[in-house]
Amino acid sequence: MAIAAQPQMPRVWRAETKPHKFCPGCGHGIVLKALGEAIDALDIQERTIFGCDIGCSLLSWDFFNLDTVQTHHGRTTPVLVGIKRARPELVVVSYMGDGGAYAIGAQHLVSSASRNDLVTIIVVNNTVYAMTGGQMAPTTLPGQKTETTPYGRDARLTGRPILGPELVAAIAPPGAYVARGSIANIVQLKNFIQKGLQNQLEGRGIAFIEALSSCPTNWHTNAAATWRFVEKEMTAYFPVGELRTPEEKPSGRFQEVPPYES
Amino acid sequence: MATRPVTGEQRAFMTGNEVVAWAALAAGADIMYGYPITPQNEIMHYWTRMASKYERGFLQTEDEIAAGFATVGGVLAGKRAFTATAGPGNVLMQEAMAMAEMMRLPTVVVVTQRGGPSTATVIYSQQELNLTCFGGNGEGLRIVYSPSSHDELFLYTIKAFNSAWKYRFPTFVLGDGYQSKMREPVTIFDPEARGITMEPCRPMVGLPGLPGEERDPAHLRNTYNLEDELYEVLMTAIKEYEAIAPQVVEWDTYAVDDAELLIIAHGVVSRAARAAVVSLRERGFKAGYFRPVTLRPFPAETLRTLAARARNLMVVESAYGQLKRQVQAGLYGLETPVTGYLRPGMGITPEEIVEFVHAKELI
Repeated sequence: MAIAAQPQMPRVWRAETKPHKFCPGCGHGIVLKALGEAIDALDIQERTIFGCDIGCSLLSWDFFNLDTVQTHHGRTTPVLVGIKRARPELVVVSYMGDGGAYAIGAQHLVSSASRNDLVTIIVVNNTVYAMTGGQMAPTTLPGQKTETTPYGRDARLTGRPILGPELVAAIAPPGAYVARGSIANIVQLKNFIQKGLQNQLEGRGIAFIEALSSCPTNWHTNAAATWRFVEKEMTAYFPVGELRTPEEKPSGRFQEVPPYES
Repeated sequence: MATRPVTGEQRAFMTGNEVVAWAALAAGADIMYGYPITPQNEIMHYWTRMASKYERGFLQTEDEIAAGFATVGGVLAGKRAFTATAGPGNVLMQEAMAMAEMMRLPTVVVVTQRGGPSTATVIYSQQELNLTCFGGNGEGLRIVYSPSSHDELFLYTIKAFNSAWKYRFPTFVLGDGYQSKMREPVTIFDPEARGITMEPCRPMVGLPGLPGEERDPAHLRNTYNLEDELYEVLMTAIKEYEAIAPQVVEWDTYAVDDAELLIIAHGVVSRAARAAVVSLRERGFKAGYFRPVTLRPFPAETLRTLAARARNLMVVESAYGQLKRQVQAGLYGLETPVTGYLRPGMGITPEEIVEFVHAKELI
């Protein structure tokens, strides 16, 4: 009997730890596929260090055939910045959710962006704290029901969804690469992540990619409603595209000094 | 480019913070991650002035949380990385040190104790003993040295790197604001000139070879799904800690053989305690002194033997019983009375100690 063709895994994926540990319908697998393909395309497996945060992202601690360190909530970027400063020849990827990036670890994100640290940060935005059971996140949409906003997020009391890439784009010096992709467009997402890695390889500055992602478990949605939420409702708040590229013309807004040059 | 910051032995007259910077250089520390807080600042000041001359790194982070975690990153990358902090900064640093404890990472932290709790004073105390020995949500699997002089500050900063990399427990040098800011004569040296071999550093990530093909990838974590998984990892670490404790533990004594009163102190306060013992001996009183040099692991066994021979024990510290609790826990069951001269956040002179001894009729 013929065996059905298996979907192609990126070379850098670790087959022994597949199938992965994420819930059915979770976007993490798609983002990690895009990352895997980007690493394969650049042929940087041997010198890439993958760091994952607390929350669902930690389930990727044995995902790749990459040296990997799972850190604390919000602290992945400073650990990888520590590695990069000590061993500049390594390529470091800081992988986390929106809670880790924009709430508990926001000071690290802001500071790494303003220092133009040579780190590639990937933030998976699913609008909730998923591992802890679906509480409101910095990215929860107005009116969205979560465990801590059971009647819907009231923007007057709890603010509006944070715009992570826009934040980083506003403060990062020239040389930064900032983009927002989506699991709804994996080819584009892979290209963004690859450009983000390339930016680090070329020593230009920070790379920051947010990936719009899904959490049917905590959204309590079926497949159709999940895709509708990602493609319609999230995209309405979180526009997809590149916000900063290293090729951009000098804006005059910044003193144009490349990173690590005095 | 000069590579050896210290050759042979050199006499100097400098502050404790400068001593720490020189010791880290002499020990071959590769990179410091730091955040300003008094009274630690000059460690960074001296380090940044000298680091570039000796091809060492420095990063000023956004807070002590980042400094602690970047230090974790530095050691994961296989470098002798360290940081320095005090007081509220030491509180923030504990998160990263808990990770270091769980993952057996050889971090080195120099603590220059200031008044507490909260912001308190920028000056001095011995109130960070509990925090440094047992901070974080763990079991205190750390090595904590408490030096009492600039010579020891130099020696134990070098030793901290070696103990950390040899035993793989986070290691602390617990100084204080007085030691940081005062100048005194010190001999700085090249470790090699004293026959000290620096423990080699091994990277834990970024290893040679293609992971998954030529070798297994390093998959390092600090989270576990099951109670049993955690228990196994933790008990392995606890057993190893207990096994190495006899090699790590250090103490100092003076005039203890016939001592009826044993005065116990650590760090800079032990100098006042020792001077008080000298003064009491000069007047014919049989006093002796015991100083734990390592606060973790604590030299309880040695202390127990000495304490059993004494009629009275007196703990002197610039905290309200943080050392005294360690002493009493170590001596549990022994009936020798323990009296505390406890002055949280205050300096202590030999005269005060002698006066207290007589006032309480401890001898």
